[in-house]
Amino acid sequence: MSQMLDIQRLTKRFGPFTAVDDVSFSVDRGEVLGFLGPNGAGKTTAMRMITGFLPPSFGTAVVCGFDVTKSPIEVKRRIGYVPEGAPLYEEMTPEGLLRFVAEIRGLAGKERDDAVARAAERINLHEVFQQPIGTLSKGYKRRVAVAQAILHDPEILVLDEPTDGLDPNQKHEVRQLIREMSENKVIVISTHLLEEVGAVCSRAIIISRGKVVADGTPESLESRSSFYNAVSIRVSDDKADEMHAQLVKISGVASVTMVDRSAPIAHMMVMPRDGKAILPDISAFIRQSDFPVEEIRAEQGHLDEVFRSITLSR
Amino acid sequence: MDKSFTIAKRELAGYFTTPLAYVFIVIFLALMGAVTFYFGGFFNRGQADLTAFFSFHPWLYLFLIPSIGMRLWAEERKTGTIELLMTLPISTTQAVIGKFLASWAFAAIALALTFPIWITVNYLGDPDNGVIVAGYVGSLLMAGAFLSIACFVSALTRNQVIAFVISAAVCFLFMMSGLEMVQGAFKGWAPPFLTDLVGSMSFLTHFDGIMKGVIDVRDVIYLVSTMVVFLFANVVTIDIKKGG
Repeated sequence: MSQMLDIQRLTKRFGPFTAVDDVSFSVDRGEVLGFLGPNGAGKTTAMRMITGFLPPSFGTAVVCGFDVTKSPIEVKRRIGYVPEGAPLYEEMTPEGLLRFVAEIRGLAGKERDDAVARAAERINLHEVFQQPIGTLSKGYKRRVAVAQAILHDPEILVLDEPTDGLDPNQKHEVRQLIREMSENKVIVISTHLLEEVGAVCSRAIIISRGKVVADGTPESLESRSSFYNAVSIRVSDDKADEMHAQLVKISGVASVTMVDRSAPIAHMMVMPRDGKAILPDISAFIRQSDFPVEEIRAEQGHLDEVFRSITLSR
Repeated sequence: MDKSFTIAKRELAGYFTTPLAYVFIVIFLALMGAVTFYFGGFFNRGQADLTAFFSFHPWLYLFLIPSIGMRLWAEERKTGTIELLMTLPISTTQAVIGKFLASWAFAAIALALTFPIWITVNYLGDPDNGVIVAGYVGSLLMAGAFLSIACFVSALTRNQVIAFVISAAVCFLFMMSGLEMVQGAFKGWAPPFLTDLVGSMSFLTHFDGIMKGVIDVRDVIYLVSTMVVFLFANVVTIDIKKGG
């Protein structure tokens, strides 16, 4: 029971359709788990079962030792949840909504006021505290939704597509917030944005058609990419063919592809054999030769390529 | 119960942050006055009682009560806030009771605002105020029974207009079940006990007694158990359909 969130064979069927299919994993304190998958993969359904909104068809989620199918109220006490699209009571003000949630969560009097003030402070809501939520911008609405989720300082925070539909600045803000809060909590976020995984997650689970198809750190997932440790080179177009011929002779190089041959600069990609690091060898080669190289860069591996190959292959 | 009150408080405040509350109250009071004086012949009767007033309540409730109840769950489903509400640490029963109490309290406020007619009848004559109190109690109980139906129907759909139309139709059937129109549909084939059972479900029959000042325990039990049955159905519906 040391795991704060333990998902055991979680399954949800809607008629003949299986939305979430035998998903098991567990998450520990301090982890930020990215729940990745194409739209319709079952991310939202899985989160709805973990937060006690939907009953599982089979299996369960154990949150801090409480089984969501047996003691849903105990589980809900320990979770802060931002549902997909951050639905809120639009006729209420942020203050009214936060006070309502605080009261439902059993806080009263000064305790309630303190919790509301703390959450508002943290999420920076004071400017719009008295405006009806319906009149707020999307970014502010999202912030109100996050504020209501962290009001009771939950041990587990579940955010369903927290940055969906936000502009780059707002996305940055929300991610900053997630990083700040991650220390003592379990945070589960779902997303289909791969950059987000690299930006905030310590671990990523890829889910496709209801099944877990990959589980690891963002780096380990990147290393599955065929571009992992590849070296990208830009060189004068007239020397490109000559360089190409010599590059393929270097040991450890599997192949060299011309990505772009539009003059005056050609762009080629040197692919390593078995994902080995070949950058030192190549840079040594370039120093010895006198090719007019404009740029040399090691590739990180493309998460979106891994994502596509994993989620489309089945 | 605490949590039900918290929900009720939020819902009740919700009525008053939209024009719905004010529109409803104005129309409710205007119609109450109109039917009492024109159709009920309040003055012509020459009697110091509120029979003319109360006897139209079931008919006004028929379409006014569904308009209070229609938004309660349909709106939550439509805007998705039901996911917010039902992932807070509350049981479905607490949520259902909270919402019902809010709408009932709202109906009570509207009903209480009819007090000028009570003052009028006391000014003009010397009515039996006990009968009038009984009438108010009965009217409030009947509003509660209508509301429990409206809450339940609201949980079935995400469309408020559909919720309104269906709850008005169901309330109508419940009201009329003692009358020939509905009875006739059963008499041809159903055994007499079933016909009687259907007849005994009529709101009109039960309200009639209370309105005349006779608070019969059976009438009260009938109206209260109607609320319990529909609120229970409401809980079951939410549990089954909340994700859909």
